[in-house]
Amino acid sequence: MSHSILRAPIVRGLFWAVVGFVLAAALVGGIRTAMGLDFWNTTVDWVIAYPVALLGWLMGVGVWPQWGREWLGGKAEPYALTGWQRYFGFSPDHKVIGIQYAVTFIVLFLLAGLAAMLIRIELAQPGLQLFTSDQYNAAMSFHGITMVAVAVATLLGGFGNYLVPLMIGARDMAFPRLNALSYWLVPPVAILLVIAVGMGGWDSGWTAYPPLSEVNKEGQVLFNLAVITFGVVSILGGINFLVTVTYMRAPGLTWFRLPIFVWGAISASLISFFFTQAFAAALLMVLLDRALGTSFFRASGGGSALLYEHIFWFYSHPAVYVMVLPGFGAALEILSHMSKKPLFAYRWAAGAMLGIVALSGIVWAHHMFTSGMDPALHAPFLVLTELISIPTGLIFLSALGTIWQGKLWLQTPMLFALAFVFNFLLGGVTGIYLADVPTDLHLHDTYFVVAHFHYTIVGGEIFALFAALYYWFPKFTGRMYSERLGKIHFWMMFLGFQLTFIPMFRVGIQGMNRRVADYPAAYGEYNLFISFAAFLLGASFLFFTWNMLASWFRGPAAAANPWRASTLEWQVSSPPPEHNFDEIPVITGDPYGYGGAGPAHNRPLGGLAAGSEGGS
Amino acid sequence: MTAAHSTVHGAEGHASPARLLRMNRMGLWLFFASDALVFALLLSARFYLDGLHTPPEVKQILGLVMTSILLLSSLTAYRAETAIEHGNIARGRSMLLLTAVMGSVFLAGVVMEWMLAEFSPGDGYGTAFFSMTGMHAGHVASGVLLLLMARRQASAGKFDGGGTRAWGASGIVMYWHFVDVVWVFFYPVLYLIH
Repeated sequence: MSHSILRAPIVRGLFWAVVGFVLAAALVGGIRTAMGLDFWNTTVDWVIAYPVALLGWLMGVGVWPQWGREWLGGKAEPYALTGWQRYFGFSPDHKVIGIQYAVTFIVLFLLAGLAAMLIRIELAQPGLQLFTSDQYNAAMSFHGITMVAVAVATLLGGFGNYLVPLMIGARDMAFPRLNALSYWLVPPVAILLVIAVGMGGWDSGWTAYPPLSEVNKEGQVLFNLAVITFGVVSILGGINFLVTVTYMRAPGLTWFRLPIFVWGAISASLISFFFTQAFAAALLMVLLDRALGTSFFRASGGGSALLYEHIFWFYSHPAVYVMVLPGFGAALEILSHMSKKPLFAYRWAAGAMLGIVALSGIVWAHHMFTSGMDPALHAPFLVLTELISIPTGLIFLSALGTIWQGKLWLQTPMLFALAFVFNFLLGGVTGIYLADVPTDLHLHDTYFVVAHFHYTIVGGEIFALFAALYYWFPKFTGRMYSERLGKIHFWMMFLGFQLTFIPMFRVGIQGMNRRVADYPAAYGEYNLFISFAAFLLGASFLFFTWNMLASWFRGPAAAANPWRASTLEWQVSSPPPEHNFDEIPVITGDPYGYGGAGPAHNRPLGGLAAGSEGGS
Repeated sequence: MTAAHSTVHGAEGHASPARLLRMNRMGLWLFFASDALVFALLLSARFYLDGLHTPPEVKQILGLVMTSILLLSSLTAYRAETAIEHGNIARGRSMLLLTAVMGSVFLAGVVMEWMLAEFSPGDGYGTAFFSMTGMHAGHVASGVLLLLMARRQASAGKFDGGGTRAWGASGIVMYWHFVDVVWVFFYPVLYLIH
């Protein structure tokens, strides 16, 4: 047993990562000593030794035996691990990779949620109780970037990888090993962020604005390296989705017969492969300023901190659509299947997603109305930003038209999908005040902003994520979750969420600043209330976690198609067979053929007759 | 980034070699588009930080020689690709090696330039110069490694028969051209503008 543990891919990866780091650091130290400098310099050593360690990690975890040998003309080994062990290695199977992403990021979600609970303990009263200001900044920054990563990668990386090949009738993604490589870049990101917190954290939030991010503690360096790595994950994943959907659709599956979730994944992939590198480049420039002494953002050398904000938001505004577009897709998917009605205005919804992609790249400066940029830019960015409410509105109409006069089946996934519609409406409407220059000048950097983006990202995307989790849980695991625990989770999370964030709009309007550990005593009562509501929200995840774990190990077996849904993933067993389809299906209709003689998306492969309601 | 599909779990199940080739090409082109944006950001940062100013200390002769070598190497890379596609592995191997050597000479030129530079990375032009040449040199270095890998694969018989089997080599050559084209934009912006 100990023999096999030492040969486990993760152990090998860690071993070679440490070897790589130590060797590179020793080399750097030697050169520095020869130049008459200190042996160790945290910034320089991490910037140089981390890529080497990353290479060692990847090779050790499986890239070398399964891929690298081919680069030198040799022969690669096939992936050998089976059973539960297959989740702990360099598996090229998109279903394994999807579950790897989903589980990793849900663990990170719970971890970053714990940080939020600590933040709410601190903010329950004016003054400092739990944290020093520095520790508060570290907790806030860790919560921010980790949740951003969770929001970007759980739905697209987890559910996208698992579902897109199934939904388009393919046996895998276009580049399975590239897919595995993308996933195995994620653990280093998490490890770096945790080490950074261990080194005292960094205090520049998830946005890492210079000049602060160029002069603060070295935790910032690790943050930058982590986010650059995560950018690579996002870009490679996006490319893989685009090629997969372009070339691997089953016969008869035309672009406008794709399930709407696939459209969400395509749109998000378009953004992530074309914008992510801006964030990575901005953070790289910060690293160059710190390690090499360049002056991109250093005013003393002729640089400009404002340049960072432009580059950063050029990605980071589109990034919210990387988060939300797969959420739109998942929610619309579930609304249709659980209302037993075709998706309303399907083509408009798909087109709206592409419209959002197009507009997302030209609205970034609405984050910068108070930054001191040229005021001539205010009006154009105001108008362009508000234009986005048109495609977003189309997606709303599609959601409402779908449930209109439908026979709603109010199981847990449907409740989450409906809550998504409600929350995103509030998130969208409050966004108008932030896109409007006059109101934004007052609201900028207050809790109004915090409440707004939590309504869009948590209320929107994360609620859609949980809808998706419950909806596809039987497909992923072959087991049914507990409907009772699911509903307890839903109502606690829904109420806790509203009670936490609605009061934040109020204190934000009154002027309470975000990202600060302390606040004037006048906001005390509101904050105490918010903290208790946040604890209710946090406690809901205890029910969720228990439900997921207990059901995965001991839940009743799930039918192939418990929701009697018409899309392809439900026409194969739960969980699907290793190569998804014994025979590639031929598609003859649209994916939401409810109301007629039966689902017309494909010739049913036997899953429909076996469908049961599952749960209770 | 050669042949990113697995033989076990890949698209082979229902894709012809011609379709696999198109998929690989599309993946590579998307990667180029993605990577080009990083270069474009650095390029625009050059104008943002230092406008059209180019210090007179820039080594024009060295820059011209390096640029010529890099451009010529695209020609040898092209010859390598064509030879392999037509099944002439021996010529392909020598052309790949020649390309890698020219790439290495270019890299040596970058190192020389960095050592001789009379401006510091701390000012506007220096920031642009060191980061743009550094980022580009990183790509050239990875390209040299990839060319050597392609040569090794050619020796191992991976491209025997040419045609679609030569994708591994032609993908790498495409990457080499891409890195070359980036320099076509970087060279005038860093050396020639006044």
